[in-house]
Amino acid sequence: MIDFLTAPFVEFSFMRRALAGCVALSVGAAPVGVFLTLRRMSLMSEAMSHAILPGAAVGFLWAGLSLPAMTLGGLVAGLAVALLSGFVARSTVLREDASLAAFYLISLAAGVLLISARGSSIDLLHILFGTVLALDDDALVLLGGIATVTLIGLAVAYRPLVMECVDPLFLRSVGRASGPVHYAFLALVVLNLVGGFAALGTLLAVGLMLLPAITARFWALDLTGLLPAAVLLALSASVAGLLVSYYASLPTGPAIVLAAGVLYLASMLLGPRGGLVWRLFPARHLEA
Amino acid sequence: MRPPAPGGTLGFRGLTLGYARHPAVHHLDGTIPAGSLTAVVGPNGAGKSTLLKGIIGEIAPLEGEVARAGLARRDIAYLPQAAEIDRAFPVGVFDLVAMGLWRRVGPWRSLTPHRAAVEAALAAVGLTGFERRPIGTLSGGQLRRALFARVLLQDARVILLDEPFAAIDARTTDELLELVHGWHAQGRTVVAVLHDLDQVARHFPSTLLLAREAVAWGATPEVLTTDNLRRARRLCEAWDEDASVCRAAADAARHAHDQGPQGHDHPHDHPHGHAA
Repeated sequence: MIDFLTAPFVEFSFMRRALAGCVALSVGAAPVGVFLTLRRMSLMSEAMSHAILPGAAVGFLWAGLSLPAMTLGGLVAGLAVALLSGFVARSTVLREDASLAAFYLISLAAGVLLISARGSSIDLLHILFGTVLALDDDALVLLGGIATVTLIGLAVAYRPLVMECVDPLFLRSVGRASGPVHYAFLALVVLNLVGGFAALGTLLAVGLMLLPAITARFWALDLTGLLPAAVLLALSASVAGLLVSYYASLPTGPAIVLAAGVLYLASMLLGPRGGLVWRLFPARHLEA
Repeated sequence: MRPPAPGGTLGFRGLTLGYARHPAVHHLDGTIPAGSLTAVVGPNGAGKSTLLKGIIGEIAPLEGEVARAGLARRDIAYLPQAAEIDRAFPVGVFDLVAMGLWRRVGPWRSLTPHRAAVEAALAAVGLTGFERRPIGTLSGGQLRRALFARVLLQDARVILLDEPFAAIDARTTDELLELVHGWHAQGRTVVAVLHDLDQVARHFPSTLLLAREAVAWGATPEVLTTDNLRRARRLCEAWDEDASVCRAAADAARHAHDQGPQGHDHPHDHPHGHAA
């Protein structure tokens, strides 16, 4: 049994590399996802992953399938869209979601145009579904670096970030941290999406960011529980997805996201914090 | 609480605040002296909340300015009428109230030395035992009390309260009024937007009666006269879509300022529609 779980990783270095990449992504992206879902910005990461496309496409047109070029391009495009939409939301009547929608659509259309100008649809598939099983040293260093930056960033900005989520007006009234914290958080989202995007594909990047974070709500009540729960769920989904894809010869990215999806469905039914089953059979009410 | 820093002075010079060029507070001149306890009263739409938002800098003046001599942003505590609080966010009452310590602990310093102060603030508003309750489970009045406790912890020189006692029961209101008097005794400047005129008469020495313009401003018994209140009601709330551009020169406003708090009597015969 143990052998069944460990053999693929012991035998094949590409599986070990894939595992290392997924661990890095889980540790960094899942906590970011927790804050995204709590701020009701879940779908923003999906939009942002589209916004990254033209940057990656420019990198691709310029240097071919080169990880640094595509990452750099995606980072520039993603940060530009994040900062522009954040700026518009803070200084005009538009809310964050509407201003982001406007910019990401512009960005996505530009990206599709760029890719169709050169390159084939096979390249596009590659960009969208990634190459978990072909992570080279560069990609691993990138993913590890992003996870490190993310954890340090979240630790440094934790208190003002929570305050910005709970009561932005109050944070604005006591100091100048509100704006910088907001933009820094958006930058972390972009960083994680770009890292996951270039190395693992959009689907996996967004999937590992959001699904465990959403699932964690069924297991923990407050942030100190939600953050570790999300990381643990992301790690479990990664290992399960890698094993399934190895034994059943399925594409790895979708397998990992589906594993996270299965965890979500199970938690939604059985999770101790508001799972469906507990609603169907409620315990008797208390005295006070 | 530590011995307080002296309260701060707030000055208004030709202050016009509004939305989409329509003034909600129009050419306001005067001074809220350091250490004063002032009530702001007036009909709905009179610009009371807008004035407080202008004081903390949340909305920028259309014209004129708020002079906050020597006051940093963090020296002014503000209890909004409808807080922008996300009550679904999973934090406890203790953490919400402890936000008031931002000035002292900033983003990184430990909360542990201040634990007793947070608990004392919770006790002062009658929320002992609520420390670990998620904010989403509080009633409207309880949340209001928690926000009052946060203001208490802010230890600010100027305290702005926007309808602080709305949705709060009578006994708690009395307790919170005690806190307000305590702040006044410590020399802090307190400005509160209120609707209960009896309460104002009993507890607040000075009053600003606002109806877009200052109808009267001074000692409470002289401000809250039947005549003044009738005038305040007459000044319309309407938002005239076709209002023409206000031509009252900024100079006029400045002259008015020299006449002190009651000095908003520069000729107002420009076509404005607000003196209907």
